Amino acid sequence: MHAYTEKIREAARRLLAEKKVDGVIGFRRGTLPLMNEPVFVRHADQVDQLVWDGNCGVNLANYLTKRKDRVAVVAKGCDSRNIVVHIQENQIARDQLYILGIPCKGMLNRRAILKALDGREPLQVEETEADVTVSGDGFEQVFPRKDVLQDNCKICIHRNPVIYDELLGDPVEEQKDVDRYEDVRRIEAMTVEERWTYFEELIAPCIRCYACRNACPQCYCPTCFVDESRPQWVGKSLDPTDTRTFHFLRAYHMAGRCTDCGACERACPMDIKVRQFTKKLEKDVKELFGYEVGVMLEERPPLDTYRPDDPQDFIR
Amino acid sequence: MSQWEPKIVAFLCNWCSYGAADLAGVSRLQYPVNIRVIRVPCSGRINPKFILAAFRHGADGVWVSGCHPGDCHYIEGNYYARRKFALLKSLLEHTGIDPRRLHFSWISSAEASKFAQVAREVVETVRDAGPARHFIKTLPQWDSVWGESTAEIQAEVV
Repeated sequence: MHAYTEKIREAARRLLAEKKVDGVIGFRRGTLPLMNEPVFVRHADQVDQLVWDGNCGVNLANYLTKRKDRVAVVAKGCDSRNIVVHIQENQIARDQLYILGIPCKGMLNRRAILKALDGREPLQVEETEADVTVSGDGFEQVFPRKDVLQDNCKICIHRNPVIYDELLGDPVEEQKDVDRYEDVRRIEAMTVEERWTYFEELIAPCIRCYACRNACPQCYCPTCFVDESRPQWVGKSLDPTDTRTFHFLRAYHMAGRCTDCGACERACPMDIKVRQFTKKLEKDVKELFGYEVGVMLEERPPLDTYRPDDPQDFIR
Repeated sequence: MSQWEPKIVAFLCNWCSYGAADLAGVSRLQYPVNIRVIRVPCSGRINPKFILAAFRHGADGVWVSGCHPGDCHYIEGNYYARRKFALLKSLLEHTGIDPRRLHFSWISSAEASKFAQVAREVVETVRDAGPARHFIKTLPQWDSVWGESTAEIQAEVV
């Protein structure tokens, strides 16, 4: 962890000094423990702000769309796949980017830790390879790292960046035998009405803050469908129908583009498992079109291409 | 309360299925009156928003029909549409929409009898599924005032 911090600072200092980039996008320590915030470093004297630990879950690909300058970006496995999608979708050119790849072993699920602390306020967090030690006023608790990872990190199969200019550490071992779609299959086994109720209950706490949309690197439309008013496709109320429409369309926009980086779920203030929508799409895209998002730069996204023999048993 | 009849919104491609509907009419083929046709330039024009909007505005079923693969007026519009629909149908069903409510077909402008046949099948399947209530906004207190007819009244209003 601390080794990464040093390497990121060293690389940032070098790139800025050589004027290879106009800025470096990375993380600095947030005002609260377990929260790091993205930072844009433009001068060498700010480089020491940059850090790396298990709280860098925010997807930095979010800050790359429609940039004109040349930037270096710190990228985990999922970030790098989102960068690939951005390049495919012409949101940024490859030669504008200097990607500092970080082999990642998963990011911490802040909410899970806070829940386990049961109201006690964490003031300091120490991380090692295996453990996370959280301490505060009169307590200290040790969590095994693998128990407090984000849900998507637990089933991640692309921990190493797929695209980079410089790798800041040795590649980590990829998780081999993870079942990515266990929960999707469980829902698929339900009856139609049970599924409706399942999703109804899933999104019931939603307050329509659109944090999931804003945190998502793939959501970059100039006017989002929720803000369109003529015609208005999504009602603005908290009625379950409107909330359902929002979640459905948001998920569908991710069809063949979502890398399951978990930014949406991480951002949700109500702790809604919004990935349940997108994971089904991910599974379908893989099964129907044999496509895995953001792995091959040369491939076209699945909805931007076709094969004459695509499955069509559902069409009369 | 009169006998419930399903409402079905049919998005028909101008270059084929819409022509098939026309031909079915000219040929005096019988098919149920439950479909409301919306003409679109291509099945590739269909946005998932349209289908959700139809459900939200009280449709019991949605039927999208376009040209056979390879016959698209715009060369490849229906190929893209096919991929979109596969994911859309799957996700809608996954989140709890009855598979009997959403239908897709390829009908060329010469296939009037296929059009009438599919129209009959679609209407019958949707009839089996019953009135759609899931995507229709209903205020809870209305149930006690208007009882079962709420969804129907709302559908009329929209």
